Amino acid sequence: MAELDRTQQHAPAPKDWTYAPAPESRDVVRIAERYSNFVGGEWVEPSGTYATISPSSEEPLATVAQGTDADVDAAVVAARDAFANGWSELSGSERAKYLFRIARILQERSREFAVLESLNGGKPIKESRDVDLPLAAAHFFYYAGWADKLEYAFPNRRPRPVGVAGQIIPWNFPLLMLAWKVAPALACGNTVVLKPAETTPLTALLFCDVLRQADLPAGVVNIVTGDGRTGAALVEHDGVDKIAFTGSTEVGKAIQRRLAGTGKRLTLELGGKAANIVFDDSALDQAVEGIVNGIYFNQGHVCCAGSRLFVQESIYEPLVEKLKRRLTTLRVGDPLDKNTDVGAINSAMQLEKIRSLVQSGVDEGAEIYQPPCRLPEKGYWFAPTVFTNVAQSYRIAQEEIFGPVLSVLTFRTPDEAVEKANNTPYGLSAGVWTEKGSRILWMAQRMRAGVVWANTFNRFDPTSPFGGYKESGFGREGGRHGLEPYLTFDGEGRHDA
Amino acid sequence: MPDRLPIRKTYKLFIGGAFPRSESGRTYEAEGQNVARASRKDVRDAVRAARGAFPKWSGMTAYNRGQVLYRLAEMVEARSAEFAQLCDGRAEVEAAIDRVVWYAGWADKLAQVLGSSNPVAGPYFNFTVPEPTGVVAVLAPDEPTLLGLVSRIVPALTGGNTVIAVASEVRPLAAIELAEAIATSDVPAGAVNLLTGSRGELAPWLAAHMDVNAIDLAGADGDSPELERAAAANVKRVVHGRADSQSPWEIAAFLELKTVWHPVGQ
Repeated sequence: MAELDRTQQHAPAPKDWTYAPAPESRDVVRIAERYSNFVGGEWVEPSGTYATISPSSEEPLATVAQGTDADVDAAVVAARDAFANGWSELSGSERAKYLFRIARILQERSREFAVLESLNGGKPIKESRDVDLPLAAAHFFYYAGWADKLEYAFPNRRPRPVGVAGQIIPWNFPLLMLAWKVAPALACGNTVVLKPAETTPLTALLFCDVLRQADLPAGVVNIVTGDGRTGAALVEHDGVDKIAFTGSTEVGKAIQRRLAGTGKRLTLELGGKAANIVFDDSALDQAVEGIVNGIYFNQGHVCCAGSRLFVQESIYEPLVEKLKRRLTTLRVGDPLDKNTDVGAINSAMQLEKIRSLVQSGVDEGAEIYQPPCRLPEKGYWFAPTVFTNVAQSYRIAQEEIFGPVLSVLTFRTPDEAVEKANNTPYGLSAGVWTEKGSRILWMAQRMRAGVVWANTFNRFDPTSPFGGYKESGFGREGGRHGLEPYLTFDGEGRHDA
Repeated sequence: MPDRLPIRKTYKLFIGGAFPRSESGRTYEAEGQNVARASRKDVRDAVRAARGAFPKWSGMTAYNRGQVLYRLAEMVEARSAEFAQLCDGRAEVEAAIDRVVWYAGWADKLAQVLGSSNPVAGPYFNFTVPEPTGVVAVLAPDEPTLLGLVSRIVPALTGGNTVIAVASEVRPLAAIELAEAIATSDVPAGAVNLLTGSRGELAPWLAAHMDVNAIDLAGADGDSPELERAAAANVKRVVHGRADSQSPWEIAAFLELKTVWHPVGQ
């Protein structure tokens, strides 16, 4: 045995081990053939529909509503009505109890939601089960507790709800983003019209059943599905007091333009191109795990993904070698398989975008590495990818790819790392790896980014404020600070940051 | 004929700690004086100066920033007779001085009031601190001419931002007097830049400038919607500040929140 252990330490990672399939059962979730919009506590028959699919198999899962201007209008009217007739007058402690109920029901039905999330979005069950669902429930539980304590969060400011919040969420963490948006909005006494992402509406629609079980009053949460046109109708509706958007910087700017001069409140959580900076004194194996988690978590469909890796020159070669070797052990495939590390790309459109940016990297002269892995024939897939020999000016070092693609760059001094890391219009997150405490804090001070992970990456918690600097948006979600966008304060100037 | 002809002041811009004329060579008449009429290129120079001063001003200790702002109050107090001639009188000057002192005292308290330690569900130390947004453009309100300008630029400065302010078009002299006080207050060169001229001409350049992080539309009048639209080009923070308010939330409007995670372990 001792002999075997010694040889294994230096052997290349095994490539021919085969895992027996370990699929999570789909029985736990029942998908309806057809879903309507959820407006005023009722399912309201839509005028148009489209099919939502599983990106890992391209099989149609259900038919859902393509929300029209009229559908959005009905939802906003229902939300206004619910706001005026009860919800905003309800005591904070009663609002809290509804949110606690929702948190509990999500915990109870978490496996069902996790399976549906992986089916509709393509993310590994390991992640939907262990990250998305626990965090979504925790978010409701956390904000439930704030509902009757707002006076303590904002002393002497007489916080009041804003009114009707229009919320538009992305496809990368469908239920979790719903929780990030809905929980603080309701805790502060607002009502909601939510538009889920076009490709991932199903967990939001299942969430309506949680609201039914929780006896949430009709119209407090309304859900209208559809594509960008539905979102635009929500942004433009006069009956909406506040827009909260998570998505691309391009769409975020369009929304900010659209709201100019309307007086509507706005928060934006947009794109990123995070630097993950590894110093020569860092714990290399831990750093490699952090790099992998930083960019391949959720197929890289993460706005705060560590997509630019900055390695101190003296450890460049050993680090890249370790990283490439680690990549050969990533299991890409069936999102419902419990051993899967990297699932399906969310949509054909996103796959096309990733392919085109990766091609630009090759064309501009970067060196591409992909581990040997067999991708399923049906569905949308992209192998974990590392680019080396990348210049800061390359598109793959500048633009958000939103896929499992890492660009590796180098630096010599801490000052150079800071300058290169901040050389981007984005400012959502950053990572720093070093065993030197003073350097961690020095780097953390200098990163122009809203979240800094030191010796870790991609950690989230309902108590921890999240949001960007610069073109990554404004406003914070999570923590006490995450309440502020959903409150108005008498006698204060208006701002959204 | 008087015994001695007094020396008149030439009213110029305040950019990067210096007092240049407008590069355009233009002036206009306001309050009976020829005043520099800044151009797009003066805006460009002012933004560059503000960006250049940002590391120094934001990198100072909060205690030090507070002392510099207090020093500004001292300098305004020393010139209070001149200021009183350029605004609505002594009472306005005194209110402006007291406001600067009030904000000076906030510099080293913001992190404690606005920041937090966050009890995340895992073995991590997690805290949130306020940081300056960066380069802030301010369209100063016309009234009150001195107190309004002070009320808009000092909160941004207190948080560690650097500022480009467009003075009231019709009453710009108090702003230039203030520039002279700032220049002798240990405020780093470029941390405050004051432009005089046509607000309608200058504001769109500032609103659309890709290296300006936030814009305060306190004095924008009816132009707000267009300026807000232009501000979206780089997701600027748009602030509708009030001409006469005094509150830590006025500072918070120009702050970002940064959250830092670190594992806890042996």
